[in-house]
This record gives sequence, C-alpha cells and structure tokens, in this order.
Amino acid sequence: MFKRLDSHPEKCVTITIDGKPFEAAAGETVAAAVLLSGIGYTRTTPVSDAPRAPFCLMGVCYECLMVIDGQPNRRACQEYVVEGMRIERQHGAGDLSE
Amino acid sequence: MSAAELKSHYSLVIIGAGPAGLCAAVAAAEHGLDVALLDDQRAPGGQIYRAIESIPTERARLLGSEYQRGDKMVSAMRNADVEYYPDTQVWSLSREREIGLLCGRTAAMISADQVILAGGAIERPLPFPGWTLPGVMNAGAGQILFKSQGIVPADGVVLAGSGPLLLLLAWQYMHAGVQIEALLDFTPMRNHLRAMPYLPRALLAHHYLLNGLKYKMDLKRAGISTVQNVSNLRAKGEKSLESVSYIHSGQQQTIETDLLLTHFGIIPHIQLAQAAGCRHNWDKRQQCWRPQVDDWGNSSIDGILIVGDGVGIGGARTAEHAGRLTALQAVHKLGRIARHERDRLARDDRKWMRDEQHIRPFLEAFFHIPAKLLGAPADDTVVCRCEEVTAGAIRKAISVGHDDSNQVKFLTRCGMGPCQGRQCAESVAHIVATATGKSLPQVGLYRARPPASPLTLEQLARLFPDEKE
Repeated sequence: MFKRLDSHPEKCVTITIDGKPFEAAAGETVAAAVLLSGIGYTRTTPVSDAPRAPFCLMGVCYECLMVIDGQPNRRACQEYVVEGMRIERQHGAGDLSE
Repeated sequence: MSAAELKSHYSLVIIGAGPAGLCAAVAAAEHGLDVALLDDQRAPGGQIYRAIESIPTERARLLGSEYQRGDKMVSAMRNADVEYYPDTQVWSLSREREIGLLCGRTAAMISADQVILAGGAIERPLPFPGWTLPGVMNAGAGQILFKSQGIVPADGVVLAGSGPLLLLLAWQYMHAGVQIEALLDFTPMRNHLRAMPYLPRALLAHHYLLNGLKYKMDLKRAGISTVQNVSNLRAKGEKSLESVSYIHSGQQQTIETDLLLTHFGIIPHIQLAQAAGCRHNWDKRQQCWRPQVDDWGNSSIDGILIVGDGVGIGGARTAEHAGRLTALQAVHKLGRIARHERDRLARDDRKWMRDEQHIRPFLEAFFHIPAKLLGAPADDTVVCRCEEVTAGAIRKAISVGHDDSNQVKFLTRCGMGPCQGRQCAESVAHIVATATGKSLPQVGLYRARPPASPLTLEQLARLFPDEKE
C-alpha cells in the first residue's frame, strides 16, 4: 500500500507489531510504521467487529486506536516509535481494567 | 517544554501552532505578553507546515515553495519569548478561560486572561459506500505521510474528490514518481458557471489561478488521466479495499487498487469553540459552520478569540496575517497598547489579508459540493464511523419525528463514539436537512461538551491529588 521514498532510513528502531519484530525509521509515527508493515488493519470496531485502519492521520478521526506498550486507546498517528515499543491491534473497545 | 514547567496562569494562551498560532504567539511576545502556545502535534507548523523543522531538503523541494515558507514562521516562534508545549491536547475550555489539558499523559488545569483558538481545519468528512474500509483514507492523510515521513503510495493510487488539495497532492506525488492510477474529479461541470461571476476578482490574485493551471498542465503532460464530472463513488473489498467504482458519462467504471485517497474540501475544526459555548453560524458559501467573530477575532465570549482556518477557510497566508491582528487585539485588551496604536500596527496585515481573500469566493463556488453528495448518502452507507450508524438508521429516526441533529444523536448514538462527532456532525445535519426540508441552522449541530478529547478518569483524578478516597 505504502513505501518509503528512501528505502534505507538513516536510523532504525525495532518495534513489535502484534508480537512480530518490525524495523521502523526513527522519527516515524506508529501509524506510519503500521501502514508500512502491511498488517492491513489497526483495530476492530466495538459494534460489528469490522476492521479499521488509519484514516485522517491528524488526530481527529480516532480510527487508528491501538494498544501501545500495554496502554489501550492510543492514537497511533500521534505516537512516535521508540526502540522496543510494543504495538498491538485493538480488538473492540479498549480494555482499561489494568 | 513539559508538563512540570506549566504555570497555572498566563496572560495569553494560544491553542494551535499552525501559521495563525505561530504568528499570533510571536506578535504577542514582542509586546511583552506572557504567552503559552499549546499544540496537539509533536512539532510546530500545523498540518500545512508539518515536519518543517526536520524535513530533508530534497523532500521539502518536492513539496513546493509555499510549504517552505513555514520555516521562517517556526524559527521566529523558536526565537521568541514563548512557552511552547507540544504534544498537548486541550480537552476543555470554559467561558472563564479555564483550560483543561493533557501535556503528554499528564492532565493539568491552567487559566488565561485571553485565549486565542487557532485550531485550524479538518477535511470535510463525506460518507460514501465503503469509506470505512482499510485502504480508504483522506488525501490529507496521504500528504501528511509524505511531508513528515517521506512515505508514498507503493502501487497505483486512486485520488478522488474535489478541491485544491487533491490537485496539489497529485502534483506532489507526480514529482515524487508515484504511480497515480486515476484522478477522479467530482467537481460538477455546472460549478464552472457558478464560479464565473467571481473570476474578475479572483484575477487580482492570479498567482493562485496560475498555480492551479500549471498543476493541471503538468499532470496532463505526465500522462496522468483526470476523469472529470464523476459521480457515485464506491469503495469495494472484503477486509480491505480491492477496487473503486464510479459513474462517468452514464457508464459504471471500476479500477482495481488497494489505496483510495479522497478529498472534499476542508472545514473549520470547531470542537473546542463549540464546547466553550461560542456562537456559530452556518456559512452557505463555505458550506460549514463558523464561529462568529468580528474583524479582530473576538468570539461571542469575552476573552476568547478565534483565528485562522478554524474560523473560516482562508488559507495559510490569511492565517498568518489574521494571527498577528488577533494578537494585537489581545495585547490591546490587556491594556498594553492603545486602540490607535493597535490600528496603526495592524494596517499592513489588514491590507495583505484583503489581497489574499480575492481568490476565496471563486474557489468556494468552483469547488462547491453538490447538496446530493452531502445530504443523500444511500441507506446502507455508514455515516457515523465510530458507532456505525447508517444513513438508513438516521433517516428512520427522522421518519418517526426526530428532526434535529441532537434528537437524532440521542436516538441512534451517532456522534457518541471516540471522535465525538468530528467525522459525522456535518453529514448528519445535512441528512436531516435534506430529509425534513428544514434549513441547516434549524437542524443545528451536535451539542459539544467537555472533554473535547478523551482522557481517563485516572488522569482526571490526578488533578486533585489532595482529595483522598
């Protein structure tokens, strides 16, 4: 779907997306990394379990909600990757019980 | 700066670090005001000058000279005596100018003598069948990926909609060597006639028209096919986008693609102004609700000023001038300069702003979105993306006697999800107006209440650390 113009970014960080390691470029948003990873969707809806993916990338549509380092309901387009970050798709409503 | 450095009170708080907010902050600081500039993004520039501080030169060149203008504005703010708080979301603004915010993950309440809202615009959400599928995104989202991360469509992308941004993005993609499968132009042919009366005035700002024509000619020369006068857009796919169909000259056409970027103009992002209780009016020409302001940006609430695209779409250069004018007004209201001094200092910006506005009536008429597209989506089209409320469900609520936006919201839950109606408020109002024959002002918008963006109860509770159990 998407590609980097520069296929060899200067600095990379390793993150995991649903448990699988992924090399993201430093300074990239989580949403960008997830779109590049090709996992297809970022969350499923609480109402009908439909898959959704980032839509506006400017923080107003709330479609890219993901579980980031254990925290649910994070907007992937407003979060930036850091080494070792754990990113998971959010299934249904975010679980805030922890 | 970080949450720990926040003071509890400022003479001026500016919300939004795009062109309007940046220019307002610099002007206010020059007059010695104690200024905090709060912004949701991690870096200054707003959407228009996004990533301007970190972008590699080559990519900045691809984006064009208008983008590169942002550099000066951002460095002026960095050099000014302004407390700049990035990654800061404002979830509440009251009439008394108390501001609830999340700086990083930390909630705080601060207050201000004057507040300038410079929250900018959002892309006009326009529901069509399949628009919730992964692989369908706003054109602005495509441009954000390009600007801030140098990420572009990998295979053939389909661009669809109507508005200057669509053309600009196609042109920027073309320069970056992106394969554009098709550019589907939904601007109706009759808009050419509709815009004609405004052409003479638009010629006074002919550089905008020439730019547009140049983009079109460059695209044509590059062999990118633009299909004009298109209707009935539909995105299809099982789990994600597989194809896009549309009607052209009475024929249904289908293009296979995994990426569709759409754009139907931009509208002011009014969530916070609404939650504060500022008066808003429907603007027929811009087809959006706008906060009511006077020539100096004063809203209907004393001490809250609103400026830039958040008050009506005028573009980045208008926002610069208006930002400075509004800052002068705040400086004047705080007793730092007399009225005649304010007027004298505002003279140039006021003139330049008038010059900038010559092009607007033409653009508004040319890119006028047809009422049918706004107010008559098919019954099975999802309108509220968060709560998955369809146009059919909305019309059903209308048919049993619910005839304004808020009643439809109570009955169907549309507008009650995490985006809090940002993506469906306008559409629901259009659908209700179309179905009932009422005017948009009669139908109204959802009532917005704080928090204007979600925060956890834990974050809220930590605002009051002394109150145990």
